[in-house]
Amino acid sequence: MNVKTYIFVSVIKTVIALFVLLTAVAYSVWLERKVVGHIQNRWGPQRVGPFGLLQPLADGIKFLFKEDLTPPHVYKPLYIAAPMIAVTMALTSIALIPVGETVDLRGLRIPLQITDVNIGLLIILGVTSIGVYGVALAGWSSNSKYSLLGGLRASAQMVSYEISLGLSLVGVLIMAGSFSLRAIVDAQKGFFWGFIPNWNLFHGQEVAFFVYLMSAFAETNRVPFDLPEAETELVAGYHTEYSAMKFAMFFMAEYANMITVSCLATLLFLGGWIGPLFGPPLLRAILPVLWFFLKVLAFMFLYIWVRGTLPRFRYDQLMGFAWKFLFPLAIANLVVTGLIVALRA
Amino acid sequence: MLHLALFLMFGAICIAGAINLLVQSHPINSALSLIAVMASLAVEYLLLGAEFVAAVQVIIYAGAIMVLFVFVIMLLNAGVEERTRGSRVAILFGIPGVLVGSVLIAWLLLRHSGTTAVGIGALPGSPQTIGWLLFHDFLLPFEVTSVLVLIAIMGAVVLASRPESIEERRQG
Repeated sequence: MNVKTYIFVSVIKTVIALFVLLTAVAYSVWLERKVVGHIQNRWGPQRVGPFGLLQPLADGIKFLFKEDLTPPHVYKPLYIAAPMIAVTMALTSIALIPVGETVDLRGLRIPLQITDVNIGLLIILGVTSIGVYGVALAGWSSNSKYSLLGGLRASAQMVSYEISLGLSLVGVLIMAGSFSLRAIVDAQKGFFWGFIPNWNLFHGQEVAFFVYLMSAFAETNRVPFDLPEAETELVAGYHTEYSAMKFAMFFMAEYANMITVSCLATLLFLGGWIGPLFGPPLLRAILPVLWFFLKVLAFMFLYIWVRGTLPRFRYDQLMGFAWKFLFPLAIANLVVTGLIVALRA
Repeated sequence: MLHLALFLMFGAICIAGAINLLVQSHPINSALSLIAVMASLAVEYLLLGAEFVAAVQVIIYAGAIMVLFVFVIMLLNAGVEERTRGSRVAILFGIPGVLVGSVLIAWLLLRHSGTTAVGIGALPGSPQTIGWLLFHDFLLPFEVTSVLVLIAIMGAVVLASRPESIEERRQG
C-alpha cells in the first residue's frame, strides 16, 4: 500500500468511525431515556418523530441555540479547556478499537480499525487516565462549592477504581500474551467442551469480568457510582456551572466513554467480533461487524438497566468497596490466573 | 526527517513546560505544565522506539501521580504563592552553577558513555523485552525496589494516621 492510498484509507476510516461514534452517542441518550422510561412505567420520549427517534437531533439543536453563559467568578482558561479535554480524550480512544477482521478489498488488505498498534490496550488506558483532568479541572475552575466537591469526588473515585480496572485486565493479557486488541480477540476463538464459546467471560476470567464491570461503572461515573454528579446533594456536581455546548461536551464525553468501555468489555471478555458465520460471501463479511455491534449494544443495555434498578452508594461505601473488596479480589484473580497459565505451560 | 522534527518539537515543548512550571505563580498552573512535560517526555520515548515505557509514562505519571497532585491542590485550595525577589547568592552562584553543571554532564555523557547518538526507533522497547529484563536479569533490584516502596507506603500510613488513635489502640 503506497502512501497516498494509506492516507486516503485512513481518512475515510476516521470519518466513518467518528460519524458512527457520534451517532451512537446521540442514540444511546435516546435509548437510555426510552429504557429507563419503560422501567419506571413511563413512555420516554415519543413526541419528536416516530418513537421519539428524532429527539437527539432536537436536543442537539437546542444545545446549539442555548445561551453560552460564563459565570464571572470562574478561572477562565481552565473553565474553557476542561470540557474540551474531556470530550477529546473520550473520542480519541475509538481510534484503537477494532470492530472486525481484516477485509480484502480488491487486493487492499484493510483492518477494520483506524490504527492497529501492538500496545493498543495500554494506549486506551493512558488516554482514559488523562480524561480525568477534564472532570477534575472543571470542578476546580468553576470556583463553586458544588463543582469543587464533585470534581474532588470524581478524581478520588477514578484514581481508586482505575487500579482494580487495570488489574482486572491483566488476567486477560496473561491468557492472550499480547497487548494488541486484535491478538486478544484472536486468542478467544474456538469452543471448549464442544459447544461453549472460548470467550474469556466463560473461560477462566469470570471474576475479572465482574471486577471490570464494577470498576467500569465507577470510571464512567454512572449509577450506582454517580456521586460526582449526585443531583440530590451536589446540584449537578462538576458541571453545575456549565451551559449550552460546554455542557453538551461533558454529556458527549460521558456517553462516548460508556461506549468505549462497552467496546473494551466486548473485545476483552465477550470474544469481540467472533460469532457464527453463514450464508453468501457478502453476508460472511458483514456478520462479524454485526456481532460486535450487537455485543456492545447488549453491554450498553446492561448499563441502562443497572441505572434503572439500583440506588446510589454512600461515599464511604464507594471507597470501601473499591479498596477493601474489588482490589483484593482483582489481585487474587491475577495470582490464580498466573498460576494456572504457568502450570499449563 | 519527520521523526527528527517531531523529536525536536516535543523536546522544545518539554523544556518550555519545565520553565513554565517554575515561572507560574499558581500551583495548579505549575501542576498542569508538569503534566505537559510528562506527556512530551512520553512522546520522546515513543519516538525512540520505547513504546511500552511511553505508555507507562502517560498512565503512571501523567495519569495517576499528577491527578493526585491536582487533587491535593484542589483539596487544600492552595492560593497564589507569594514571591520574594530571590536571594543575591542564588543569582550569583546558582545560575552559573546550573549552566556549568549541565554542560559538564552533557560532555561526560557524550564522551564516556561509549554510544553514538541513538537512532530513531532503535531501542528495544517492546513489552516482552522489558518483562524479560525485569523478571530475569534484574529480578533482585526489582524486588528490592518493591520492598522499598512497601516501606514508603507503610511510613506514609503511620505518618498520616492521627497519633491519638494509635494511643487509644495501645491502651485499649
